[in-house]
Amino acid sequence: MTPTTAPASLRRRRRANGLLGLVAWLCGIAFFLPVAWMVLTSLHSEQDAATNPPSLTAPLTLHGYREFFGAGGGGLSPWPPLVNSLTASVLSTLLVLLLAVPAAYALSIRPVRKWSDVLFFFLSTKMLPLVAGLLPVYLVAQNTGLLDDIWLLVVLYTSMNLPIAVWMMRSFLAEVPVEMLEAASLDGAGLATTLLRIVGPVALPGIAATALISFLFSWNELLFARVLTGVVAGTSPVFLTGFVTSQGLFLAKVCAAATVISLPVLAAGFAAQDKLVQGLSLGAVK
Amino acid sequence: MPTPTAETVRSGAASGGAVPVRGAAARRAKEWARRAPLLPALVFLIIVTQLPFVATVVLSFTRWNALAPDRRGFAALDNYAAVFTDPALRASVATTVLLTVTVVLVSLVLGLGLALLLDRKFFGRGLVRTLLITPFLVVPVAAALLWKHALYNASYGLLNGALTAVWRLFGSDGAPQPDWMTSSPLAAVETALIWQWTPFMMLILLAGLQSRPADAIEAARMDGAGTFAIFRYLTLPHLRRYLELAALLGTVYVVQNFDAVFTITSGGLGTATLPYTLYQTFYQAHDYGRASAQGVVVVLCSLLVATFALRTVSSLLREEITR
Repeated sequence: MTPTTAPASLRRRRRANGLLGLVAWLCGIAFFLPVAWMVLTSLHSEQDAATNPPSLTAPLTLHGYREFFGAGGGGLSPWPPLVNSLTASVLSTLLVLLLAVPAAYALSIRPVRKWSDVLFFFLSTKMLPLVAGLLPVYLVAQNTGLLDDIWLLVVLYTSMNLPIAVWMMRSFLAEVPVEMLEAASLDGAGLATTLLRIVGPVALPGIAATALISFLFSWNELLFARVLTGVVAGTSPVFLTGFVTSQGLFLAKVCAAATVISLPVLAAGFAAQDKLVQGLSLGAVK
Repeated sequence: MPTPTAETVRSGAASGGAVPVRGAAARRAKEWARRAPLLPALVFLIIVTQLPFVATVVLSFTRWNALAPDRRGFAALDNYAAVFTDPALRASVATTVLLTVTVVLVSLVLGLGLALLLDRKFFGRGLVRTLLITPFLVVPVAAALLWKHALYNASYGLLNGALTAVWRLFGSDGAPQPDWMTSSPLAAVETALIWQWTPFMMLILLAGLQSRPADAIEAARMDGAGTFAIFRYLTLPHLRRYLELAALLGTVYVVQNFDAVFTITSGGLGTATLPYTLYQTFYQAHDYGRASAQGVVVVLCSLLVATFALRTVSSLLREEITR
């Protein structure tokens, strides 16, 4: 700030800044409102949830959550789908890391020839709509008895997230300083030492970010899970789509279900907001 | 002056100085050692994602309806003829384009506005950012159910509930109670998707804004440039790449969207998009041949979009490398 700036214009700018801050707050609240409404409705009784105009101050109850977890009787237990989702997401994330980290290494630190072509091949598989390859996968699964098997989803989710993971990991590993690799090699450091001491510290945050993105997309996936699983291996999103068929009032119960199933993703996403951008833009934006 | 690319720099580093050449065999072995870490991922991806597409192409030339298995055989181009003359499919192509363009453009504009709002210091900025990201973190099916039942529903949804409350406030009982999902089904799906995708656009554009060189803007301000002039001539050109990237990535994700259409309207009332139509042909009509032909057409269309997307990403990547 220069001393020649007139105080009046400074004050005007500060006031405009405050006003724009207020606008930002209002926008934030507006975007958050549906989620807040979902949580509030999930804590109401079915009667209070379905009033018009809405009853904002109705007494809070955990009835919807008890119904969702099966205490109300009648409904299917949500635990198998939740466990299935967790299994598919965690296993496929581990598999993704196992495949992506070495691949990213071979595309950045000790690059193969034409590494950028390989990188773009990975990305191009992500651009093709998954739904077009769904039918052959279904037919193969049908003939090999893999239909309604959680391992099928693990494999498919791994392939779904692998390109993003390779891109992300590469963008992290590319930041390993070349001079340090050279110095280590001159000092006669072996591969293990180099990996542990120099690559490791840079790679760890990248691995965390990649794991988050991979987990998020696997947890959210609906189409594959819906077509390729049934009663045994159905995941939470599939469970959620079959939830509304019941008679009578169900709004509080549905909101409770939606809240519970979104909770792991919300928690993970809030914890790593910055990594989210990097993952979703395939490492192109930092 | 030629700038060294990351490739040359890195391979120079990796070879670690002078290594005597011990013939072609040794060099080939070294090259394979380099490739080894890459191969598992590459082979896995080719088997799981590329082979099914080959199978899809083969299936698209066969007559195969699972409900009439005895009529299975070679169909030549019959499936493609059926695909291109099917008015329902043509409608779903139009719907997909309309939905994708609307969702991407509106969330891009909203995202830009929000990113500009967040790109300044104010009280509680971190919290506002968190609030704005939340829609993107709700599981898509959950979000679709939320909009369908808790917000749009004509008799007890929040939208009509709010209308009633506002009208009551002014002493009237005649509040309009539109049935949002039947009166404007496509807009209903689009709104839910825009709500989820605006945060995505905002995050990318915010990253772009924060990578802006601060000194150039300060200099322009010193020279008496107004806020709008700075936005028009400094910020917007800088943001171009980020806008392109956000639009193209958004397109790639939104074009494939299945959850919202499936949940909110079940593809009814002219909201069936290509992924949904494909799902229906295969999963409900069991016409495997025609579903495959549709799949091939969808893949060819997305290759067009993908080429542009890849080019944009590669220009960003090149910038990163030569920096």
